[in-house]
Amino acid sequence: MERDDLIEYSLHAHHDENKGKEIRKKIYKVTILLTLITVIEVFIGASIKQSSDWWTTVKIIFILLTLLKAGYIVMVFMHLGDERRYLRNVILIPYFIFVLYLIFIGLWEATAIGKVWETMWQ
Amino acid sequence: MAGHSAQLDAKTLWGGKESPFQTSYGKLMMWFFLVSDALTFSGLLIAYGFTRHNAQDAWPIGEETFNSMPFLGHGYPLLYVALMTFILIVSSVTMVLAVEAGHRMDRKGVTKWMIATVIGGFFFLGSQAWDWSHFIHGSEFGKIELADGSVAIVRGHFGEINNFTVLESGSKHKAGAVIKDDLMHQFQHAAESGHLEAGKIHLADGSIAKINKAKDHDMKLIIKKSGKTYKLGGKEITGAKAEKLYYEALYAGEKSRVIYGANMKQNEYGPQQYAQFFFFITGFHGFHVFSGVVINILILLGVLSGTYHKRGHYEMVEKTGLYWHFVDLVWVFVFTFFYLL
Repeated sequence: MERDDLIEYSLHAHHDENKGKEIRKKIYKVTILLTLITVIEVFIGASIKQSSDWWTTVKIIFILLTLLKAGYIVMVFMHLGDERRYLRNVILIPYFIFVLYLIFIGLWEATAIGKVWETMWQ
Repeated sequence: MAGHSAQLDAKTLWGGKESPFQTSYGKLMMWFFLVSDALTFSGLLIAYGFTRHNAQDAWPIGEETFNSMPFLGHGYPLLYVALMTFILIVSSVTMVLAVEAGHRMDRKGVTKWMIATVIGGFFFLGSQAWDWSHFIHGSEFGKIELADGSVAIVRGHFGEINNFTVLESGSKHKAGAVIKDDLMHQFQHAAESGHLEAGKIHLADGSIAKINKAKDHDMKLIIKKSGKTYKLGGKEITGAKAEKLYYEALYAGEKSRVIYGANMKQNEYGPQQYAQFFFFITGFHGFHVFSGVVINILILLGVLSGTYHKRGHYEMVEKTGLYWHFVDLVWVFVFTFFYLL
């Protein structure tokens, strides 16, 4: 069965040496950035104790840095940033709807159960 | 349908001609698979968060649990997992460079970077094996149940055991003999089965020996379960007091007062679920890395045999690249939620 409507999208991705240089430069930049973020995370993790008053702030910083790292991996390494907007939305929106709900319900229920445990032992 | 019409034109089908996504079928399906796999991992991590959130203070802390380096010993909090993260990021970079070389139809470049990616993958798997082995074998002190019923984890430097001097003969060792082999293993085994008392060890052959051991340094007890005197979330017990409490419990001669390492039933780090989550989440991720390495090798063989060059594009490299980056992406989250927080 021959079809005349199939476009070889795979061939569109080709680029020349100049474009390649530009892309590689970006890749190296992101590499350095990701490494730096990891180093900062480890440094903070090792120097601030969980019992300290700063811990909540540190937690938020960790989560933000992780999201930043994840963003660079998905957008640059997996080049979702260069794909069509439709594709980006189809991938990201359903995922975030599910996961945000799951996080919300997980923490909400855990708090309730934690309280039950506490009152049970008293 | 075959034979009915050899040609289908755009009108008979959708009339759409162009895909709104402007990507090939294979790449789109890879993305859909990754979304579903991402949901699986999110589910696991959120389940971990749920359990941890209601266990609160009893939950182990990453920098206390993972503080060893190969060849260097203890006192390097999180450095090893950071190194693992770095290895995975680097192998992700070599993968993206392979994809870029593919877009220029540079077969040599693709080969070179694919080989680098496979090596990075093996390095990560090896590191994880070490991490697991270390987690399973545990520390030299273990987790101990103190006299008041509280349970504490122990940090500090364990003084080396030099030898055992046999005091009472058994079936194998005679009185006066000095045992120099397999000391730590025998010591921990005796501690778990309650065969230690007041500086003496009851060996498997029935003999009793004196333990000649160097002094411990900087011992610190962190309470993970409240007892009559010491409470969860209270201050750390340090110095001579810590040593007294620890050895009182260790030499009590009772079974299961001390736990070394981790298995599916119990672990020295915290609640039972902690080790279960550790094994499941990092194991499931490690399994993904393993399959990623296998797929990468298969693709590398395809590159070497020129299959993709003949095809006119290296999209297969790009698709496996997506999977490989995803594995890196998951590790970034595991690193934060399991090791850092």
